[in-house]
Amino acid sequence: MHVPDGFFTTPVSIGAGVVAAAGVAVCLRGARRELDDRTAPLAGLVAAFIFAAQMLNFPVGAGTSGHLLGGALAAILAGPYTGVLCVTAVLLVQLLFADGGLTAIGVNVTLMALVTVVVAWGVLRGITRVLPRGRAGLLAASFAAAMISVPASALAFVGLFAIGGTTALDVGTVALAMGGIHLLIGVGEGLITALTVGAVLAARPDLVYGARGLTAPLRLRATPGAPGPTPSPAPGTATSTEGA
Amino acid sequence: MRRLHRPGDTPVHRLPPQCKLLAVLGFALAVVSTPREAFWAFAGHAVLLGLVAAAARVPPPFVVRRMAVETPFVLFAVLLPVVGRGPYTELWGVELSVEGLWAGWNILAKASLGVAASILLAATTEPRALLLGARRLRLPALLVQIATFMLRYADVVLGEMRRMRIARESRGFAARDVRHLPVVAKSAGALFIRSYERGERVHLAMLSRGYDGVMPALYDPPASARQWAVAAALPGAACAVALAAWIEVSGIGVPGMGVSGMGAG
Repeated sequence: MHVPDGFFTTPVSIGAGVVAAAGVAVCLRGARRELDDRTAPLAGLVAAFIFAAQMLNFPVGAGTSGHLLGGALAAILAGPYTGVLCVTAVLLVQLLFADGGLTAIGVNVTLMALVTVVVAWGVLRGITRVLPRGRAGLLAASFAAAMISVPASALAFVGLFAIGGTTALDVGTVALAMGGIHLLIGVGEGLITALTVGAVLAARPDLVYGARGLTAPLRLRATPGAPGPTPSPAPGTATSTEGA
Repeated sequence: MRRLHRPGDTPVHRLPPQCKLLAVLGFALAVVSTPREAFWAFAGHAVLLGLVAAAARVPPPFVVRRMAVETPFVLFAVLLPVVGRGPYTELWGVELSVEGLWAGWNILAKASLGVAASILLAATTEPRALLLGARRLRLPALLVQIATFMLRYADVVLGEMRRMRIARESRGFAARDVRHLPVVAKSAGALFIRSYERGERVHLAMLSRGYDGVMPALYDPPASARQWAVAAALPGAACAVALAAWIEVSGIGVPGMGVSGMGAG
């Protein structure tokens, strides 16, 4: 579902292009700070993963199947800056395969890379701050983040539509229809995102960017009687890398 | 991945990628700014693309088959006259929104021309060369590098995904409903870990070969003035068509801008 040429007026396409360029510039700087010279290969491979995951069809019942959009998943696994760059790279390469219009690349990057990742990351951070630390909290937050990111992107599309789309449709109707459909799609996106984050968390919790700062710090605990460092005063602290 | 590139040795194939990228961008901009009332102008744009396709020896069925990517938006464009607001007109016994008809036609014509131009670009240029061209056009180097890595490893990751699917299916698994989602998600999680670890290995391999943040380009030819001139033919002609359409449309007294031109109807 990439916006083609001619869908929005030229001023809207150019405006969205400026927003996209500014957002990507910020993320390029942020990702370089996070990953230094590993940025290109790591973000490239994560982008290839998102590209592949988008082809992973899952049944949603009644004979239809859905597929992942991946913005929220990229943000939670690789961090918001890298996430935006990964989705942008996917969009660029899809553009080379004639998917999406060349003049609409700004609109597509704004809607699918910036809005989804920023909304998903905001929701994730907001919820993990409220919920208790640990696996269940992070998974619930991942579900909500991915679920909300899809209708948010759809509503941003409606917003652009209101500014510079065709005048033939009532904006309220479009917003209701797009928001409603995408809320349903979002539930599927949220489910598969949370389950995928859970699978990665079980095997390599250190790779989940969104789980950083949520785990209890590792502490040394000596067995009683054996020579070693003094046990920490707090009794019953877990030694695992995961809280709860 | 879909194979769009058709190797060849025509003048279109030989043009440097940066010239072709800018030419297609210029063409798309000209198409998007063409007033929708000028039907003949869109035919003119299509003829221009036809000439390019003929010069590149790309058969029309090749382009038409690959235009299926725009199907969702074609559906949207077809629906617009039905769900659009009034005033209404009657066509073949069906009440259709006038504004919806215009909007649907506008999206259909411009999106199809844009997609056809992109397909021609992809058919005559290797994806790798297109990314080199994008770098020549001053796209951020890091972004181009990420896209290059993605392109390079997409087939590897897709192959890994396919092997996982074969492994699942040879053990009797078939995803039928939502309850099978955890299995698919676990595969996705494993795929992410393998991709990320591959990225780490690729980075170490690059470091051991002297990577210093810049990827060496083995073949990155600069474009001559003559090549730029050849590439400018398509967007130049399209701009001329768009301009003529504008003059004609404003001549018959329809004011307005872009797609809102016939707003007052």
